[in-house]
Amino acid sequence: MVVKQLSVYLENKPNTLNKMLQVLTEHGINMTAFCVADSVDYGIVRFCVGRPELAYSILRENGYTVRLTDVVCIEVPHESGGLHKAIRIISESDINIDYMYAFADGGSAKVVIRCNSTERLIEIAQANHLELVKI
Amino acid sequence: MIWNTSIECMDRESMRKLQGERLRNVVEHVYHNCAPYRERMQQAGVKPSDIQSIDDIVKLPFSSKQDLRDYYPWGLLSVPQSEIVKIHASSGTTGKPIVMAYTRNDVANWAEAGTRCLAAYGLGKDDVIQVSYGYGLFTGGLGAHDASMNLGATTIPMSAGNTEKQLLMMRDLGATGLACTPSYALYLAEALEKSGIPRNEIKLKVGIFGAEPWTEEMRKEIEYRLGIKAYDIYGLTEISGPGVGFECECQNGTHLNEDLFFPEIVDPKTGEVLPEGTEGELVFTTLSKEGMPMIRFRTHDLTHLIYEKCSCGRTLVRMGRILGRTDDMLIIRGVNVFPSQVEAVLCTLEEVEPHFFITVDRVNNTDTFDIEVEVKEKYYSDVMSEMELLRKKIAHAIHSVVGIQPNIKPVAPNTIERSQGKAKRVNDKRKFK
Ligand SMILES: [Zn+2]
Repeated sequence: MVVKQLSVYLENKPNTLNKMLQVLTEHGINMTAFCVADSVDYGIVRFCVGRPELAYSILRENGYTVRLTDVVCIEVPHESGGLHKAIRIISESDINIDYMYAFADGGSAKVVIRCNSTERLIEIAQANHLELVKI
Repeated sequence: MIWNTSIECMDRESMRKLQGERLRNVVEHVYHNCAPYRERMQQAGVKPSDIQSIDDIVKLPFSSKQDLRDYYPWGLLSVPQSEIVKIHASSGTTGKPIVMAYTRNDVANWAEAGTRCLAAYGLGKDDVIQVSYGYGLFTGGLGAHDASMNLGATTIPMSAGNTEKQLLMMRDLGATGLACTPSYALYLAEALEKSGIPRNEIKLKVGIFGAEPWTEEMRKEIEYRLGIKAYDIYGLTEISGPGVGFECECQNGTHLNEDLFFPEIVDPKTGEVLPEGTEGELVFTTLSKEGMPMIRFRTHDLTHLIYEKCSCGRTLVRMGRILGRTDDMLIIRGVNVFPSQVEAVLCTLEEVEPHFFITVDRVNNTDTFDIEVEVKEKYYSDVMSEMELLRKKIAHAIHSVVGIQPNIKPVAPNTIERSQGKAKRVNDKRKFK
């Protein structure tokens, strides 16, 4: 249940994010989860799409610096304490989370997690009956 | 191979005699045929008869790039325009371009100088030389072209640009020599890597690189990536173009064709000639030029001269590496910074390409020192903290050499403009008065 996430590197200049999104729109690619990490000079845009390999090659062809990164997506009940429970289980394990971001999708909430060991995270999630999903 | 043994291996005493004779002639020539030179000599109280030997050169006034601008385009012409067979010009970075005019003899002497360079690199009539300097007003293309023809090599007048065709010709015609700027050589190396053409289908063995300062590290990078031996060819438009100097197989300094271009090292501030071996500003006098001779032309290049005989057998004086230019040296927060230092550091870091762009500005009375650096694709991390560590590592490496802390802006590979002529690597936005 490994999910391939795209990470695109953008310079912090006006309109760069807009242009990148335009490229994806033109190719009919729909983003499910999306998050921007930024510093003063540059930003890293992370997102998940239905066909990551296709989006990857389109972005590369358009000159973007892009990486495919293994992440895990966990579905949690869209209610108070839903996310907390999942995070507690992971925190109590030996996994280091590099970053995570969450999004709601209809009745459920999902959280994308990038950590030092994707396999270990999947094991722990399965052992604790957390629901791993594809995007 | 030594192209012109009688000149290149001439004993020092004979050389100085030859230089003295030629200096007398050229001074006589400009005094009688070029009003600005005559007026300037009169102001300095020097007559042609005061110039008896090469030692008397110190009596003559300097000339500069500014003179060429002030007398643009024909003011420094020392022959009737009907004697001029071709023109070159430097890209005018500020205002007017600088125009150089050549007589038939000037073109022949320049080709002779260039041919000595190519022969020193081990090239000969069996070689195929691809000239990928820009052809046109820039001296690089046609200068290397004439030298290559004079050598008797098969000359491919590629000019710069059209990368695919560059690689196609290089492979199909079996080019053994490549003449271009070092930054363009790196660009072609990248293109070759991407093209998928196997290295054994390329016969390239020698690079003839010049027109911009480069570092030892950049040389190693080019040699490694293209699998060739890379030689520096030195030249400047005002003096003729590529071929003023060259490296021999010892690569222990740049031999200057001093029978044609007489070098001096002076104090950049006082103009005083400095003792042998001292670092200072390089000054050239063209000893055989007819069209637009330059007398004691200030190059702004900082270097030193070595007069000992070279192990290659040549006695031609050698110039040390050019440390920078008096006019491209940046003073940031009171510290002297040469872009070549930044380049040298970047070449030692595996994570980055040796392409960079420096922006200097003054914000709240403090100088800013930003460097855009291309981080290689595989070293990108999508974890912010790892990117920050890499930025710190680069900044620290530059700080330790340059002496001040830069702000590193990582950019994607191939985003910094690759120049096909002289690379522009600095934008100084500070306004001083
Ligand atoms: Zn030598």
